[in-house]
Amino acid sequence: MISVFRTLWHILLHMFRKRVTIQYPEEKPYLAPRYRGRIILARDPDGGERCVACYLCAVACPVDCIALQATEDDTGRRYPEFFRINFSRCIFCGYCEEACPTYAIQLTPDFEICEHHRQNLVYEKEDLMISGQGKYPGYSFWRVAGVKIGGKDKGEAEREDPPTDLHSLMP
Amino acid sequence: MPWVIHIVTVVVVLFVVLNLAAGLIWVERRLLALWQDRYGPNRVGPFGLLQVAADTIKLFFKEDWVPPFADKPVFILAPAIVMLTVLMSFTVIPFAPGIAVSDLNIGLLFVLAMSSLGVYSVVLGGWASDNKYSLLGGLRAAAQMLSYEVFMGLALMGVVIMVGSFSLSAIVEAQQKIWFVIPQFLGFILFLIAGVAETRRLPFDIPEAESELVAGFHSEYSGMKFGMFFIGEYVGVVLISALITLLFFGGWLGPGLPPLLWFIIKTFAFICFFILLRAGLPRPRFDQLMSWGWKIMLPLALANILVTGAVVLWAR
Repeated sequence: MISVFRTLWHILLHMFRKRVTIQYPEEKPYLAPRYRGRIILARDPDGGERCVACYLCAVACPVDCIALQATEDDTGRRYPEFFRINFSRCIFCGYCEEACPTYAIQLTPDFEICEHHRQNLVYEKEDLMISGQGKYPGYSFWRVAGVKIGGKDKGEAEREDPPTDLHSLMP
Repeated sequence: MPWVIHIVTVVVVLFVVLNLAAGLIWVERRLLALWQDRYGPNRVGPFGLLQVAADTIKLFFKEDWVPPFADKPVFILAPAIVMLTVLMSFTVIPFAPGIAVSDLNIGLLFVLAMSSLGVYSVVLGGWASDNKYSLLGGLRAAAQMLSYEVFMGLALMGVVIMVGSFSLSAIVEAQQKIWFVIPQFLGFILFLIAGVAETRRLPFDIPEAESELVAGFHSEYSGMKFGMFFIGEYVGVVLISALITLLFFGGWLGPGLPPLLWFIIKTFAFICFFILLRAGLPRPRFDQLMSWGWKIMLPLALANILVTGAVVLWAR
């Protein structure tokens, strides 16, 4: 019987506690930096596109919401001709980010992407590209990759040895 | 022209009570939220007060569906009964000296009779729905009311013995020296428990028991019929709180403030207590409730009458 009154008293004291509710539109909740929200495409430190159009994100996507077409510019750099994410299908699983070899596709702590029309949730490349580098500043795929592109020959990447001359390679 | 005054009183009481019942939805949600570290409805209008209007409009515009398998006349009658009986009880409640629809000299008996009739709505609603959960709810309601009605009336007899009248205003006037909660403490506790069971409020919401019986007797109800069950429940809470105030806490008596205000303050405090009970206590099992009623509460109520009667006779 005493426990009943004890319960009631303790519940009454809860009046003076701090509220746990976050009054959302006025008060924004804290979202961790790794929160999986709206997807963006990040850029190089030089401002070029990071995406090399390898299709790994499109393959990893369990709901097939990513569509892209690879192409090459005149220096030999691969980039997506178009890059389209249908956010009305996206489940924000983050597999695309895990699959991406160049840190290009990233999920951000922004979830406020509601639309009245489903078609408006289809984001094109210009909607997805951001001007900055996102979560991994300083990383540039083309600078560390051993791929030959215009202005950078084989063996000229960072921490890369010059290619071995097979004809002089003697036992 | 006294009949004009009578009609005005009736209309005012009806208006206030019905609005109070609707407003209690907001009060209850805000208070429950307060005790659960939340805010509750605070968006619609100032402090969320217009939530009541929104809910009412929504209820009125909902489809008022009668299931084809239901017993139609009884199904429609059931929610009307709960409203009718609870509102009828308010006719004898004196809010302040002279402010009452009719100050019957058997006012207390009238209230008890009306609240006993109220169980018909639950039982008939549960039966007419032709749904096993509703039927179980109605069944439980019948058993619960049977167990609790008995000692609810008996718990009040101590007060009646001390006053010598069934008139509610006479009972209040007899508390000039001391509130009956002190000499009749046992009666107060018994009536409080019976009152919670009578209004089918948590922790005694066994006929509804949404975790077991969907929504119990009103599973099949929708629209304003459902709303009437709810208004009946809230008016019932106000009624029991008002009765506790009148019978045990001196009604409108109090220093300083006007009598009507004292009545409102005390009643509101008990309404809040009812909501606190809901926030705090778990629902007992069905058989526990019944064995409590018959094996503990009823003998206690009888002992209370015996002792009170003996003391009154001895003091005479």
